[in-house]
Amino acid sequence: MQNAILSGVLGGIACATIGVFVVLMHMPFIGVCMSHAAFAGALLGLWLGFNPLIGAFGVSLAAAAVIGPLADRGELNPETSVGVIFSLMLGLAFLFMGLMPGTKSGALELLWGSILTNTRSDIILLGIVAVVVVGIVIIFFKEIQATVFHRDMALSVGIPATLFLYGILFLTGATITVSLRSIGGLLIFSLILNPAAAAYQLTYKMSRMFLLAAVFGVLSSLIGLLFSYLFNIPSGATIVVTSSVIFMLAAVFSPKRKIKSWLQKPVEESSL
Amino acid sequence: MDKTVIKIDKAVVSYREDVALRGVSLEVQAGEFVGIVGPNGAGKTTILTIVNGLGKLLHGSVRVLGHSLTPGNGHSLRKRVGYVAQVQNIDPRMPMNVREVVMIGRYGILGLFRRPAKHDWKVVDEMLELVGMTRLADRPIGHLSGGEQQRVSIARCLAQEPEIFLLDEPTASLDWRAKTDILDLVKLIHDTRHLTTMFVTHDLSALPVACDRVILMKDGLIWSTGMPREQLTDDKLSQLYDMPVEAVKKRRAEEILI
Repeated sequence: MQNAILSGVLGGIACATIGVFVVLMHMPFIGVCMSHAAFAGALLGLWLGFNPLIGAFGVSLAAAAVIGPLADRGELNPETSVGVIFSLMLGLAFLFMGLMPGTKSGALELLWGSILTNTRSDIILLGIVAVVVVGIVIIFFKEIQATVFHRDMALSVGIPATLFLYGILFLTGATITVSLRSIGGLLIFSLILNPAAAAYQLTYKMSRMFLLAAVFGVLSSLIGLLFSYLFNIPSGATIVVTSSVIFMLAAVFSPKRKIKSWLQKPVEESSL
Repeated sequence: MDKTVIKIDKAVVSYREDVALRGVSLEVQAGEFVGIVGPNGAGKTTILTIVNGLGKLLHGSVRVLGHSLTPGNGHSLRKRVGYVAQVQNIDPRMPMNVREVVMIGRYGILGLFRRPAKHDWKVVDEMLELVGMTRLADRPIGHLSGGEQQRVSIARCLAQEPEIFLLDEPTASLDWRAKTDILDLVKLIHDTRHLTTMFVTHDLSALPVACDRVILMKDGLIWSTGMPREQLTDDKLSQLYDMPVEAVKKRRAEEILI
C-alpha cells in the first residue's frame, strides 16, 4: 500500500504537470494518441519478450516524431492526421494482444493499470520522471510560458520554441510510459487532462495553474486509492473517476464563468 | 558610412507549390520607415519573415544588422528585430495577464536560465505606459478587445528594445477608431525612437503618413518603389490591384468622404 501511495503521488504530479501543456496548447487529442501509442508499444514488448517500458517509450516517441511536425507546421488539419495515427495505435495494440500466446493477464494489467502491484523500481522510475518534469518547468518556466501562449510569438522574440515543443512531446511520452503500469493505457489520459483542466477553470496565473494541477493530480490519486481500498474496486478507474469529479466541481465553481464585478454595475444614464 | 541595415538580394522563397517571393532585392537604411503595399498573396508578409529569420530562402541572400541569414541562425537576430502580427485569436481563459505578455518581449534577450529582474519589469511598465495600457496591466490578456491586444503586442515588441520594427497588417480587423489609434502610435514610436520600420498592409487607408518610402508588391515581386506621393497614384493602384482607374478613383473618393 505504501508503494501504491507513493506511485499515486508521483504519477499524479507528473501527469498533471504534463496536462497543463496539453490544455494550454489545445492538443488533447495528441495526448490521447500518445497514450495509446505507449500502450501499443508496451504490448509489443510483452509479445516479443522485451521490457514493455522500452516498447512503450519507443513507440510513443515514434508517434511524437510523426505528430510533432504536424502540430508544428499546422499545415494539414492536424486532428485528422492524429486521428489516423490514433486509430492505427489502437489497432496495433489489439493486434499485439491477439498475437500474444498464452494468458493475457499482463496485457490487461497494462490496459487497466495495477498501482497496488508497483515495485520499488517502478517508484524510482516514476520519481525520476516526476523530478525531471517539474524541474524542467521550474528552470525553463519563462520559455515554456511563451511557447504555450503563442508559439510564433515566442519564435519571433528569439526563443527556440520548436525545440520546446518537441521537448514537451518527449516529456509527455516519458510520463505516459512510466505511469502506464500504475494507471493503465486506457485511463491514463484522464489523469493527464482532468487535473489540468480543473486548474484551468480556477486561475488566471500560469504558475498557479501548474501548482493547482499537481495538487489535483495528487488528490485524484490518493482519494481514488482510498475508494479502491474501501470498496475493493479497480484503482485505475477510481483515480480517473475522482479526477473527473474534481474537474466537474472546478467547472461549476469556476470564477471564470462569473461576470466580473466591473461589468455587473449598470451603466448610469449620466455617464452615457 | 554605410547605413544599410537590411539588404535583400534576389531572394526566392517558396511554400510547397506556391512561390511567395520570386527574386526580390531591397535595401533599407537605418531609421527609414518603409510601407509595403499590395494585394493578398503578393509576398508582403514573406518579406518580413525573411528579415526576422523565420522564412526559408531557396535562393539569394539576406543580410540584416550585419548578420547573414542561414537556416538555424535566426534566434540571435530575432532578439534584435521586433515583430507585430495581425490580431491573434487568444483564448479568453488563458492564464496570463497583460504585464506578463509584454514581458515575453524580454525573454529572448534575457536568454536561458535568467529570470526577469526589477529592471525588466520597469521596462515593461514604461512600455505599457507608452501604449496607454497601464490601467489594464493586470487584466487577463484574453479579456482585451482587438485594438487593446494590438497595443499590448506593440508594447511587447518595444520591451524587446529592438533595432528593427516589423508590423504585419497590425490594423487588420480593427474598427476605425482602433485603427487610427494604432497608426498614430506607430508614427509616435518612429518619430521618438527612430527605429527602422517596415509596415505591411493591403489596405491603403491603413498606411501611416509617416512612410519615407512605399514599395508596391505584386505576384512575389517588387513592382514599383519610391516616394509615397509618386507611388500611390490612381494609375499605379489600378494596375497593382487589377481594377479600372475609374473604380480606383471612386473608391478613394468614397474613403475621403467617409
